Amino acid sequence: MTLPGSGKIWGINGPILTVHTGSQFCLGERVAARGLPGEIISLSPGVAVVQSFESTAGLRPGDEVLGLGAPIAVRLRPGIVGNIFDGIMRPLGGDSPEEFYVKMLVKPGQTIAPGDVFAAVQETPVIIFKAMAPPGVAGLVKAAAPDGRYNADAALVTLACGRELSLTQTWPIRSPRPVAARLPATQMLTTGQRVIDSLFPVAKGGTAAIPGGFGTGKTMTQHQLAKYCDADLIIYIGCGERGNEMTEVLEDFSRLVDPRSGQPLLARTVLVANTSDMPVAAREASIYTGVTLAECYRDMGYHVALFADSTSRWAEALREISGRLGEIPAEEGYPAYLATRLAAFYGRAGHVKNLNGSEGSITIIGAVSPQGADFTEPVTQHTKRFVRTFWALDKRLAYARHYPAIDWMQSYSIGCQLHPAARRLLAVLHEENSLLEVAKLMGQDGLTTLQKQLLDAARRIREGFLQQNAYDVADTYTPVAVQVEMMERLLKPLEVSFLRGDKV
Amino acid sequence: MEYLTLHHLNGSIAILKGVTTASYNETVKITSPGGPPRMGRVLKIEGDTVVALIFEGAAGLSLTSAATKFTGQQMEVALSPEIIGRKFDGFGNPIDGLGRIRSKLRRSINGQPINPVQRSYPRDYIHTGISAIDGLATLIRGQKLPIFSADGLPHDILAAQIATMSGMPPQNSVGRKLRPTELHSPKPQKFATVFAAMGISHETARFFQDSFDESGQAYIMFQNLASDPTAQRLATPRLALTAAEYLAYDLGYHVLVILTDITSYAEALREISSQQGEIPSRKGYPGYMYSDLASLYERAGIIKNKPGSVTQIPILTMPGEDITHPIPDLTGYITEGQIVLSRSLHQKNIYPPINVLPSLSRLMKDGIGEGYTTKEHPAIAAKLFATYAKVEDIRALAAIIGEDDLTPEDKATLSFGKNFEQDFLAQSPQAARSLAQTMEIAKTLL
Repeated sequence: MTLPGSGKIWGINGPILTVHTGSQFCLGERVAARGLPGEIISLSPGVAVVQSFESTAGLRPGDEVLGLGAPIAVRLRPGIVGNIFDGIMRPLGGDSPEEFYVKMLVKPGQTIAPGDVFAAVQETPVIIFKAMAPPGVAGLVKAAAPDGRYNADAALVTLACGRELSLTQTWPIRSPRPVAARLPATQMLTTGQRVIDSLFPVAKGGTAAIPGGFGTGKTMTQHQLAKYCDADLIIYIGCGERGNEMTEVLEDFSRLVDPRSGQPLLARTVLVANTSDMPVAAREASIYTGVTLAECYRDMGYHVALFADSTSRWAEALREISGRLGEIPAEEGYPAYLATRLAAFYGRAGHVKNLNGSEGSITIIGAVSPQGADFTEPVTQHTKRFVRTFWALDKRLAYARHYPAIDWMQSYSIGCQLHPAARRLLAVLHEENSLLEVAKLMGQDGLTTLQKQLLDAARRIREGFLQQNAYDVADTYTPVAVQVEMMERLLKPLEVSFLRGDKV
Repeated sequence: MEYLTLHHLNGSIAILKGVTTASYNETVKITSPGGPPRMGRVLKIEGDTVVALIFEGAAGLSLTSAATKFTGQQMEVALSPEIIGRKFDGFGNPIDGLGRIRSKLRRSINGQPINPVQRSYPRDYIHTGISAIDGLATLIRGQKLPIFSADGLPHDILAAQIATMSGMPPQNSVGRKLRPTELHSPKPQKFATVFAAMGISHETARFFQDSFDESGQAYIMFQNLASDPTAQRLATPRLALTAAEYLAYDLGYHVLVILTDITSYAEALREISSQQGEIPSRKGYPGYMYSDLASLYERAGIIKNKPGSVTQIPILTMPGEDITHPIPDLTGYITEGQIVLSRSLHQKNIYPPINVLPSLSRLMKDGIGEGYTTKEHPAIAAKLFATYAKVEDIRALAAIIGEDDLTPEDKATLSFGKNFEQDFLAQSPQAARSLAQTMEIAKTLL
C-alpha cells in the first residue's frame, strides 16, 4: 500500500485544475483540492489534471491537492430512498439517520457468496434494503450479530478470513456492478400512458430516449412515467435542469399516493439533482451516481426505472470540460468519445440475473434536448444508436397542446410485442398522414367516402386516444386492458371496410 | 502586492507574468497614469501567468505603465435599503449624482446555486391585465418568463406594462380566492422593479425610466448602454440580481427583474470568449453559454422561510427572428416558458402581438384553476389553444384553394381565428383587463 498522492495547484481554468506532483495519483481517484472534492481525469509525469466538483473561485497556485486513495463512489446504505442527493451523492435534504433496525438472515457456520443477502432493513414502507456481500467477497460466516438496532457502519457479520461486513458498502460510480447473466428484456414497463404502452412500449430493462425542443414536454412526460410506471423503485436524475422542477418532484411525490402501495410516491423514489446553476463537473458525475444507485437496488432484486433529465446537459458538461482541456473536438465541439460514453451509460440498463440468483432490471429513460430541436445533432443521433425505444416529441403537436406530444410518425419501439389492434391503429395513422397530404392539395372533396371515414377515425384516435390529460384525475392513467378496449372501439367503424378488404 | 508590467493586451484581455499571489476569479484593480482605475477579474491561471478580463476594456493601457493590484476578493456590491430609487451604470457606479452606497453589507454578485430543497414551488399568479398572458401563458410570482422578440417589435412596451401591473395588489374582485399566505400576511405586500439594461440604446433606457416614474413604483436601474464597455455587460445582470435578491429575501419585496437585451449579453460573452481563444461550440458561442445563462436565470424563485420573491422577465431579440438560434434556444431550455412575439400580428396592428401557440408558461398548470384563478380557466385555455392551432393550417389551405371552397366547419374556424386576434389578443396598452373580462371574451369566442 503506497501513501496517497499529493501535489500543488499550478493552473486553474474554470473547474479544471492542473496539479504539479511528485507522487502517484491514480486515474479516476478522488482528491481534495484545499478541501474541495475533485477527481483525477488525466495523468502525465509530474502533472495531474483534476476536475473540481465545486466552484474553484478563490483557489490559488500552490494550494495543496490530496489524493484520497479511492475513486468517486456511492455509499450504499439504508436511508437513500426518499431522499435527494447532489451529483456526487452528498445529501441535499439534510443527513439521514445512522441507526436502523436490522433483521439478520445468516447464522455462523453458513457460507456466503458475492451478492448474497445477509441482513435486511425496512428502508421505507415499500422498499426493503438488503445488505449484500460485495462482489468478490465470499466465505464462511464466523460470527453474526443478533437482530437489533445498529449503526450503518457497525460490523454485523465476520467472515472466517477476518473480513467484517456492515450495512454500508461503497461502489465506484464509473464501474458497472457485475451480474450473473443478462436476460432478454421482453416484459413491458407499464406506464398507463396510452401512446406509450400501446404503440411505443419500453421493456423492463430496456432503454428509451425522449428528444424534443423546449416546451414539447420532455420533463412532463418523464414526471408522468415516474409517477405511474410499475417499477419498484424510481431514480430521478435532474441533470443540469431547472431547480423548480426538482422542487416540484419533491413536493408532488411527497403528496401523491402510489395506488399500488397506498404510500407516498417518495417512498419509492431517489432524487439526484445537479440543477443548471450547480457546478458542471458534478453534472457529468450525476448520471453515473444515479445509475450506480440503480444497480445497487437491482442487485437486491428490484425493477428500477431510471430517468435522466437531460442527457444533453451531461453531454454539454463533457464538451465544456473537454474544451477546457484543449482536446480536439469532433462534431459541434463535442469530444470524440461522446458516443462511447453514451453507449456505456445506456449499456448499464438491462434485465439481469443477479449474483445472488434474484432477478432485477434497470430501465433507462433519457431525455434529450437537441439544439434548435434539430434531431440530426450529435447527442440525438448517437443516442438513437443505443436505445430501443424512441419517443420523438414534436413542436407542432405541443403548440396545439396535444400532450404527450409524441410524434407517431417518427417514434419507434423494438422488442416488445404490440397488440394486433395497436398495429392496425398505427396503420390507420400512417394512412391518415398520406391522405392529409392529398387533401391539402385537392381539398376534402377529392376524397372517397371511405377515405373520409378513415380521416374521421384517425382524428378520433388522435383526440381520444393519443392525447392524454395529465391533470385530469380520470385520464392521467389508463390500465392496459382499457387501452385495448379503447383501441378496438375506435377501430370499429373501419372494421367493416378492413374486413371486406376495401382499398381506402 | 502590485505588479508593474503587463505581458499582453488585446480587447478586454490582459495577461500578466511572474504573478505569485493570484487566486481564481478574484478582482484586480489596474491603474495607469492619467486615467481612472480599471477593474478586472482573473479568468485563468497557469503557474505564474494570469489571464484577466478588464471590464472597462484595455484600450489606452500600455504594457509598462499599468500597475495591477490583486485584491483577493470576489466582485461585491454594497447593499442597503437606500439602493431603492437609485440609478447605476452597468458596473454599479451611481450615475444619478447621489453618491455611493455606503454600507457594511456587501455581497458577491455571482450568487450561489440554490438547493432545490430550499426552494418553495411558485404557485401565485401575477395579474398582468393582458389577456394573452393571463389567459394562456399565466405569469407566476417567482417565475422566469422571457419575451422572445425581434427588432422593431413592441417588447419594451409590453415589459413595462407587465412591470406596472405586477405591482398592483392581487385582485379578488375577479372571483379569485386569496391564498392563505396572503390572507395572513401581517404587512401589506411591497413591490419593486429592478431593471438591468445590457447594450440597449439610450432611448430604450429612457422609455423604461419614464414608465417606471409614471407608475410611481419602487425601482432600481442598472444600465450598460450600447456605447458602454462590453465586458461590463457580463457584470450588469449579476449586479441587478444581487440587488433583487437583497430586496426580496432581506427586505421582503416582491421583485420583478427585467433583463434586456439578453442577445447583447450573449454576444459580449462570445466576444470575450473568442478574445481568450476558447474553442467555440455553435455559431461561435462558448460551450459554457448554457451554464452561464443558467447562472442568471436560476436566480429567480421563492426561498422557503424567506419573504418576497424574484420574478424575471428577460427580453431577447432573436437574431434573424430564428427561434432555433443558440440564444433563444438555450434560454428556452432554462426558463419556465416563453412569450413569443410575432411580426405578422404586429403588422396586422395587433397589440400585444403575442403568438400564443409557441408561447408557454410552464408554471401555469399549478397556478390556475380552482383556488387560484377560476375553475374553468384550464378548460377554456385548452379549448382556445386547440381551436387556434387549426387556424394556421386552414389559412394555408385557403391560400391554395380559396376561401370559398372551404367546408363550413373550416370557415367557422377561420372566422374564430380572426375574432380571437382582434377581440382576445388585441387590447390597448393602457387598459388592463380583469381576469373575469378575459374569461368572458374567451367564452364568447368559443
